[in-house]
Amino acid sequence: MAWMSWTLPTAAFFAGIALILVAMTTWQVISPSVERRGFLPLDTTRGDRLFIGLLTSAFIHLGFVALSDVSLYVATALCVVWMIILMRWG
Amino acid sequence: MSNETTIAGRTNQNETIAEATYTQTAPQQPVFSQAERKAKYATWRGRIGLTVYLILLLMPIYWLINMSFKTNTEILSGLSFFPQDFTLENYAKIFGDATWYMGYVNSMIYVSMNMVISLIVALPAAYAFSRYKFVGDKHMFFWLLSNRMAPPAVFLLPFFQLYSSVGLFDTHIAVALAHCLFNVPLAVWILEGFMSGVPREIDETAYIDGYSFPKFFVKIFIPLIRSGIGVTAFFCFMFSWVELLLARTLTSVDAKPIGAIMTRTVSASGMDWGLLAAAGVLTIIPGILVVYFVRNHVAKGFALGRV
Amino acid sequence: MTKVENNKAWWLVLPVFLIVAFSAIIPLMTVVNYSVQDIFDPYTRYFVGTEWFKQVMTDSRLHDALIRQFIYSFTILAIEIPLGIAVALMMPTKGRGASLALILVAIPLLIPWNVVGTIWQIFGRADIGLFGAMMAELGINYNYASEPMHAWLTVVLMDVWHWTPLVALLCYSGLRAIPEVYYQAARIDKASRWAVFRYIQLPKLTNVLIIGVLLRFMDSFMIYTEPFVLTGGGPGTSTTFLSQSLVQQAIGQFDLGPAAAFSLVYFLIILLVCWVFYTTIMNMQKDK
Repeated sequence: MAWMSWTLPTAAFFAGIALILVAMTTWQVISPSVERRGFLPLDTTRGDRLFIGLLTSAFIHLGFVALSDVSLYVATALCVVWMIILMRWG
Repeated sequence: MSNETTIAGRTNQNETIAEATYTQTAPQQPVFSQAERKAKYATWRGRIGLTVYLILLLMPIYWLINMSFKTNTEILSGLSFFPQDFTLENYAKIFGDATWYMGYVNSMIYVSMNMVISLIVALPAAYAFSRYKFVGDKHMFFWLLSNRMAPPAVFLLPFFQLYSSVGLFDTHIAVALAHCLFNVPLAVWILEGFMSGVPREIDETAYIDGYSFPKFFVKIFIPLIRSGIGVTAFFCFMFSWVELLLARTLTSVDAKPIGAIMTRTVSASGMDWGLLAAAGVLTIIPGILVVYFVRNHVAKGFALGRV
Repeated sequence: MTKVENNKAWWLVLPVFLIVAFSAIIPLMTVVNYSVQDIFDPYTRYFVGTEWFKQVMTDSRLHDALIRQFIYSFTILAIEIPLGIAVALMMPTKGRGASLALILVAIPLLIPWNVVGTIWQIFGRADIGLFGAMMAELGINYNYASEPMHAWLTVVLMDVWHWTPLVALLCYSGLRAIPEVYYQAARIDKASRWAVFRYIQLPKLTNVLIIGVLLRFMDSFMIYTEPFVLTGGGPGTSTTFLSQSLVQQAIGQFDLGPAAAFSLVYFLIILLVCWVFYTTIMNMQKDK
């Protein structure tokens, strides 16, 4: 495993992703999500919205890194808000 | 087409008296034959266009074949459509040297391994995708697809280290497994398309008749999608055979693919063009043989079973 | 087809998941790990945060490679899609000629990518290749190794030669799926050739064309071997596309960190494009 060069932040990141996936699966099994249409121009399930949220968050972070020197925590905070909006009304 | 024409013709003969009908139907006769002529003309134009396209398509390949039968002196001394000084020496060099022909053997070995692995794991998965809904099915399918689309260059470095760390570096199975990254998703995608074309009543009838799932799958279902399996195998062959970046990175000596060996034709004394051409020609032949076997189904396969 | 809800189907998918995960998830995690560290060897490494990302995102060479990549991908799509449709329309549908045309058209797809590069490397040279010699005959001092425009022309030509057959075969199978009745109806209506194409053939081709555009866009976006053999990315960096810059950085200079950050950005772009296509395809199937 040494060659994978794990660090604490990346390990935490992947653990977080894994936890989200487990949680979403459990949620889906307990109360299945129905496709619906929110402000996004397509029918989405919870899982779809999660994916859209994660992908856009990645791009938001990249944008912050590329275009500004603002601390990334600002981007992360923004993304959390965005994720909540997306999951609830997307 | 001819049906319509005769009907129109008969109407003409029989109803010459009825002016109204006559004026309505009469112009149809010449229009139809004109359309027919037009269609024939279009077909011919199509044939000619296709022939021109095929000639342009085959010309570079012909040039390679032509060159493989020439000596290097002849290649460098000028252009000619046929070898003036026909020689098999380039081929003799490849078949006489184990470091050369083992490249083909290595490529064949990992391609076959990849084909078998891809089909074995993809068959049940494709069945699951075509017949059942399950938690995360769409996301799983998308994830598989994204792996087919991801550039191998992205994973190049960790691949080398991953396969070294599990002791598989420079083995055929390493390349076969690495190629599964894009071939398994592709196989699932194609097979799912073919399987969706099989009505599910067949499954249900078989289960009512007391077939267990494995028995049904092997005895009834697989024979039904034979052509789909053939086409999938063909695509696995194709994409594994043509890929070089991963194959080259994961091997050094024992499992070195032919594509990597071909770089040996570059030497201090210049390129050995004849040898390079001969080696290239030999890599084209397996593909032609394989496509011949699946020619009747390959078109549907290219549409990933989705027509 | 209506599908049955059954979570046991996961067992059937499990082998695929494991085998792809081994080659996809472990390397992806490793790339993420590399991208935040300065690595000299597995035991001498320093956490650098997002420094590599900053470097990659502001690197003008990579911007250029990205722009080149997009120009390239759109160029070949603009040529290959119409040409592929045209070839498919010309291909015979019945008889021995159909099989023969099918096999001949498919040949370029079955040639190893490095050999495709070799074929055009030879074919485009003015001294030993037919195409290069013809260009020279026309009075053009054709040299793809020193003239950026010639290098581009050769690379695009090579890709069109190599991949138009894929589009053609996709469309061909789409055309074959149109029932003869449609054409008969068109004949009765005295529809023009163009009307037949526009209102009968093209709508039936939309599905396969989307798959075609998806495959062509993605595969051209990861093109590596062919230009590597043909031009080596040159002259200068004029034909250096994304994959090639990445391999140069990762293997050539062994800059693990920046290469990994680059990989991730590259991967995210692919993921986005792939998702857009996938959603489009799925929604189209739903509408039907």
